[in-house]
Amino acid sequence: MLTPQQVIDNYFLENRHMLLEVAAFLDRFDVAVDHTGGIAGEAKKLDVIRASLEQLQRKDAATSRVERLLKLFATV
Amino acid sequence: MQIIQPHYHAIARTAQDYERMAMSGVVAVAEPAFWAGFDRRFPETFIDYFRQISEFEPTRAAQYGIRHFCWVAVNPKEAEDPVLTREVLKHFPDFLSRPTCLGVGETGLHKSTTNECDALAAHVELAMEHNQLVLIHTPHLADKLHGTLRVLEVLKGLKVDPEKIWIDHVEEQTIRPCLDAGYWVGMTLYPITKCSPKRAVDMIEKYGTERVLINSSADWGPSDPFTLQECILEYRRRGYSVQDAVELFHNNPCRFLGQNPKFDIQPIRIESIEREFV
Repeated sequence: MLTPQQVIDNYFLENRHMLLEVAAFLDRFDVAVDHTGGIAGEAKKLDVIRASLEQLQRKDAATSRVERLLKLFATV
Repeated sequence: MQIIQPHYHAIARTAQDYERMAMSGVVAVAEPAFWAGFDRRFPETFIDYFRQISEFEPTRAAQYGIRHFCWVAVNPKEAEDPVLTREVLKHFPDFLSRPTCLGVGETGLHKSTTNECDALAAHVELAMEHNQLVLIHTPHLADKLHGTLRVLEVLKGLKVDPEKIWIDHVEEQTIRPCLDAGYWVGMTLYPITKCSPKRAVDMIEKYGTERVLINSSADWGPSDPFTLQECILEYRRRGYSVQDAVELFHNNPCRFLGQNPKFDIQPIRIESIEREFV
């Protein structure tokens, strides 16, 4: 098993990349809204993405973060 | 669709990459001088490396119908050694006169030290004296913004033609000042570092295609030459035409690199042929 430091060092760049992709996705949505004047359909999928980011902020690890997110994503 | 890979470290890649690139539309690659993964100690080592990318590598690419061009430079990491840098620079005029050498690159900054900045200035001055193109590397990750702004400061103190200078590896936090100063910019598509294909297209939609080059990543580290095709797919999926893609991924490299007459590949336009009925 990896040490906590190894987990950080081994996976930092990969997670940096994934978070930048999420940031780019949210920016892309905002630009699209600016260009088209709003969203016509429902934004539940976007709400779930935002809710998942809030979940990741929580420090308690009583249940797996992945499990919580999978349950959240199952609602859309 | 015809594609140009403007920044491709071919000596670190396999023949299979050439073959697959040829099968997916790549007609030319340009190979900047690069860091070998360790610091070279002798000027002669650079000379042999420049011979490899200006003499041998074009023959390897030609087997797959791909044109190969190159650039010469002491890369920013090794430019920390000023004696070595000065010795290598003495040989540049010879290589710049060779038939496939397009200019000086990739010079630039890594840690933005005084020695690196001096070497960058020396490279750019030599290039301008010989009326050459310049390809400038900007630092990675945490040093990106500071290093890019430092590059702009160094260039501001020199007499340069911005149209002949390509500042590479720009990202969202650095693209605007480089474009505003009149330089060409390059976005580099890596699997996890630097820019991604989707983010590159986001920037294209925000800043336009003028003076923009898009490179894949192709070196001896974790990299992927086909991130360029991935970016083309992303661009097309957002509704841009094949001609739009040709403009960005073929014609823009022609426009920048073609400022050196040795790069004789011309921009292309797709036309429909009127049907002939028998």
